[in-house]
Amino acid sequence: MPSIVSIKNLSKTYASGHQALKNVSLEIERGEILALLGPNGAGKTTLISAVCGIVRPTGGSVTVDGHDIVKGWRQARRAIGLVPQEIALEIFETPWNTIKMSRGLFGLKHDAAKIESVLRSLSLWDKAHDKNMALSGGMKRRVMIARALVHEPRILCLDEPSAGVDVELRQDMWEVVKKLRDDGVTIILTTHYIEEAEAMADRVGIINNGELVLVEDKASLMKKLGQKRLFIELDAPISALPPKLAKLGVTLADDQRNLQLVYDSEAATSPIPDLIAVLSAEGIALRDLRTEQSSLEDIFVSLVRRAA
Amino acid sequence: MNLIAVNSIYQFEMARFWRTLGESIAAPVISTCLYFVVFGSAIGNRIPEVGGVAYGAFIVPGLILLTVLQQSLSNASFGFFFPKFIGTIYELLSAPVSFLEIVAGFVGSSAMKSMIIGLVILATATIFVDLHILHPFWMLAFLFLTCVTFSVMGLILAVWAKDFQQLQIVPLLIITPLVFLGGTFYSIDMLPPFWQKVSLFNPVVYLISGFRWSFFGQGDVGLWTSVAAIFLFLAICLGILGWIFKTGWRIRN
Repeated sequence: MPSIVSIKNLSKTYASGHQALKNVSLEIERGEILALLGPNGAGKTTLISAVCGIVRPTGGSVTVDGHDIVKGWRQARRAIGLVPQEIALEIFETPWNTIKMSRGLFGLKHDAAKIESVLRSLSLWDKAHDKNMALSGGMKRRVMIARALVHEPRILCLDEPSAGVDVELRQDMWEVVKKLRDDGVTIILTTHYIEEAEAMADRVGIINNGELVLVEDKASLMKKLGQKRLFIELDAPISALPPKLAKLGVTLADDQRNLQLVYDSEAATSPIPDLIAVLSAEGIALRDLRTEQSSLEDIFVSLVRRAA
Repeated sequence: MNLIAVNSIYQFEMARFWRTLGESIAAPVISTCLYFVVFGSAIGNRIPEVGGVAYGAFIVPGLILLTVLQQSLSNASFGFFFPKFIGTIYELLSAPVSFLEIVAGFVGSSAMKSMIIGLVILATATIFVDLHILHPFWMLAFLFLTCVTFSVMGLILAVWAKDFQQLQIVPLLIITPLVFLGGTFYSIDMLPPFWQKVSLFNPVVYLISGFRWSFFGQGDVGLWTSVAAIFLFLAICLGILGWIFKTGWRIRN
């Protein structure tokens, strides 16, 4: 089946001269959750905005569900629901009217039952006729999501859904998103929280400085994230690394007093018992040991740096 | 054509009007009453008839237009600037709605609000003066066209304005003088010849003249000149707005 969103050589240079996207190509598969991960200012929002029609690309093309976003803009836009990063609501209006308006903008007839079901699914039903300004921050954000869902889009774009959201709401939102995916909606979300990508995505795209550095299955990315480092400080320096230790992958630092082992904590068997056994067989005494998990950020930074 | 979207924008904008109905109607009505008291009665008593029409009645069309122009401009400009300011404009830009549909929704609601206010002022005026409208159809047509034209202008203003100060400055610095100098309270015949010529460059003169003609059968310029001027003015405003949406100037990056 063809991809639901196909981005080819997309570029965007703003009037200020800032090049926000550089030749980005990306295929988004039907029904997947794709997380676009990148530091602030990397071009994530520009990419999403271009797909949704808010930003005009300066080069390349995008098709949404088979429709070019320029030539077939109406059909392309109909397929997408957008939840922007900032909460933007008419404060004097009610969630009900806000959502009713959104449905109408997408050319769909008023459907009270549909509005009710969207509001209920986001736990907003009892606030349906309160003023938007009386809602808590979390509820306002849910109204933003309701607005994007009420025209039953096949693709939902979430721009930084967790920015400024407390832990509980974040979990709630992840649940909502997963449920949507189960209903067949394709989700594109941008985030600079790696945990978010980890918790939700099927695939992760990393954007830095306007370029798509990599797109990878979360599973294989997680494998890279599973690397751990073991540091061992010896009681006394040793002249050379015993071959048995070298075989395990251990390295000796220049001070000849510190050993280091990089290993996969997700692997079926751990090399650590073997390592301890070799050390005691060789009569090498330890002073201290510690392990370090490469932080998600470290991996991210190294990926970005490697690509640069 | 996404007519449902046009209607949604229209209804959403009208909701604001109904929500603040008291303020929406009371303010223009009170200020019109004040104009009648000051200009119609206090000063008007010392001014003889203008072209055979009592001065109190003579100023009615001008007074209606004074408010209607300001209301059309501010309804449309506020209606479109507000989403731009609070950020909800993203939805208009990402929805399957064309330029003409957005314009129709905003202009339609803005013009409807001003029409309602204009007619309320007309009703109020009948309390103060004896009025007989010679061409009611033309009166409504002029009122409608004026509301539409200035609402379109309001949209341009909303796109141009970067803050609320700029939004207020155009009605204050440009429209109010044009209306006052456009013959609201006098016939331009009453001006020295030089200023009569200058007045002909003021588009509002043609609006007021046509509108006044529909009431009393006489105006500063001919009926068809007024009609042509309004359409020309409307076409210019629509042209500018069309260019704005085409290029995305100050709306779409």
